[in-house]
Amino acid sequence: MTLFLDALNWIFDPANNVGDGSIPSRLLEHLVFTLVTILMASALAVPLGFLIGHTGRGRGLAVAVSGGLRALPTLGLLTLVALWVGIGLEAPYVALTVLAIPPVLAGAYTGFEAIDRTTIDAARSVGMSEWQIVRKVEIPLGLPLLIGGLRSGTLQVVATATLAAYVADFGLGRFLFTGLKTRDYAEMLGGSILVILLALALEGIFSVIDRVVLPRGVAAGHPTEVRARSARPRPGMESTIAEGRN
Amino acid sequence: MIEFRSVSKQFPDGTLAVDDFSLVLPSHKTTVLVGSSGSGKTTLLRMINRMVDPTGGAIEIDGVDIAGLEPVKLRRSIGYVMQNSGLLPHRTVVDNVATVPLLRGVPKKQARTDALALLDTVGLERTLADRYPSQLSGGQQQRVGVARGLAVNPNILLMDEPFGAVDPIVRAELQQELIRLQRELGKTVVFVTHDVEEAFLLGDQVVILRQGGRIAQVGSPAEILANPADDFVASFVGADRGRRALHLESHGGRDILVDSDGRLAGVLTDGSRQSEAAPVPGSGAAAQGGDSR
Repeated sequence: MTLFLDALNWIFDPANNVGDGSIPSRLLEHLVFTLVTILMASALAVPLGFLIGHTGRGRGLAVAVSGGLRALPTLGLLTLVALWVGIGLEAPYVALTVLAIPPVLAGAYTGFEAIDRTTIDAARSVGMSEWQIVRKVEIPLGLPLLIGGLRSGTLQVVATATLAAYVADFGLGRFLFTGLKTRDYAEMLGGSILVILLALALEGIFSVIDRVVLPRGVAAGHPTEVRARSARPRPGMESTIAEGRN
Repeated sequence: MIEFRSVSKQFPDGTLAVDDFSLVLPSHKTTVLVGSSGSGKTTLLRMINRMVDPTGGAIEIDGVDIAGLEPVKLRRSIGYVMQNSGLLPHRTVVDNVATVPLLRGVPKKQARTDALALLDTVGLERTLADRYPSQLSGGQQQRVGVARGLAVNPNILLMDEPFGAVDPIVRAELQQELIRLQRELGKTVVFVTHDVEEAFLLGDQVVILRQGGRIAQVGSPAEILANPADDFVASFVGADRGRRALHLESHGGRDILVDSDGRLAGVLTDGSRQSEAAPVPGSGAAAQGGDSR
């Protein structure tokens, strides 16, 4: 308990909250690092996932590659890349992008795959081009699962990004490594608490995004009814919704 | 006019869904393709808008071979109504109806106005316009599907078992509605069903299919009932049994009709159609016209 109080004291100690390497600047570094990593992973995985989801081809390969990437120990990969490109931020960016790709890729293609085939068939039958099917049908309907993939990717990255401090003077992980080396366990625990809080905050943001992107018509007849009450008022959705889909 | 010329379709797995199929579907008439599953009826329908391409033969629409037309453009010029409506779940009713006109570049406001008018045409309240498909009943969804099919004012309307998934009462209602619409609009309708009753009710020309898209008989419902081509057709349309096989019995000086199960089917009258003999304005003549077939 005292250790926990010490950690809180460390967090709120004014000396730790100003200047270079202070808590706010480390927090910001960590956050920006996480977002950039997710963006890089998305830039690769989202178009690829959409392609797989739309064509239905390459799914087996995607599953195998994702599984392989997932199995890579991140610390090992980080060390390997660091030995190759040197000390600095390149290695953590590479290692964590690799870590984030599988969930984002899976979110992108499963989002497309989960759409009722008759809906796609109907869209094609009335004269939508393949690109219009992707843009106007598959992306909006597949978005909730993609967001789910981004969400789990982000959470993995934000937690594992502490490892960036292993090869660079960077992020909240710095407090963990320094604390460990100097036996300053208050600093170490304080650093972990900050990582946890950051992860929870991101999780909160994602659950808001999740509600916003869920297509309204889908929410209206949502089979799993995750939320009893919708996040924002949606007109014309009062009583008829419960009918038919239960 | 739609013409099939020796059309065949073999799927990559080797199944011969349609074998040497030739048929003319006259304009402004309803042609019903009827057959059990595996008869290739849906495949034939989907060849008309190139959702399926034949592996042999050719299909012409008004003399133009559709193999030379761009599929997306062709589909936008043909109405398509499918089972389970096939509506986009994330779009409102009015947006669903306006989908194809918007793709064709009709201004948004105009498309919405037209879509609302189409809701009237298919007998839907305009108050439903901003609902989502999942908030509608099955019958309402099918009506929206029909409205979407009509949205580009196509000459051809393809209907793939559109009333197969709704309950019998709603189905009867939708069938009457289609008869009314067809009388007003005079589209070239191609309708696929496995229900002979539905085929005889809706079809000007009925095509009875065997396995592999081979034609067992083509004709008007009356022709097929009067002269079934063979035992297969006779048994398929039920001309040899049940409520189609009627005989006369005399009862109290009048002839009454009894079916083969012994149920009373009605009385024999002088043969003039009631709806034509005594048309009463606005008194449901449409329903009578439908019944008297």
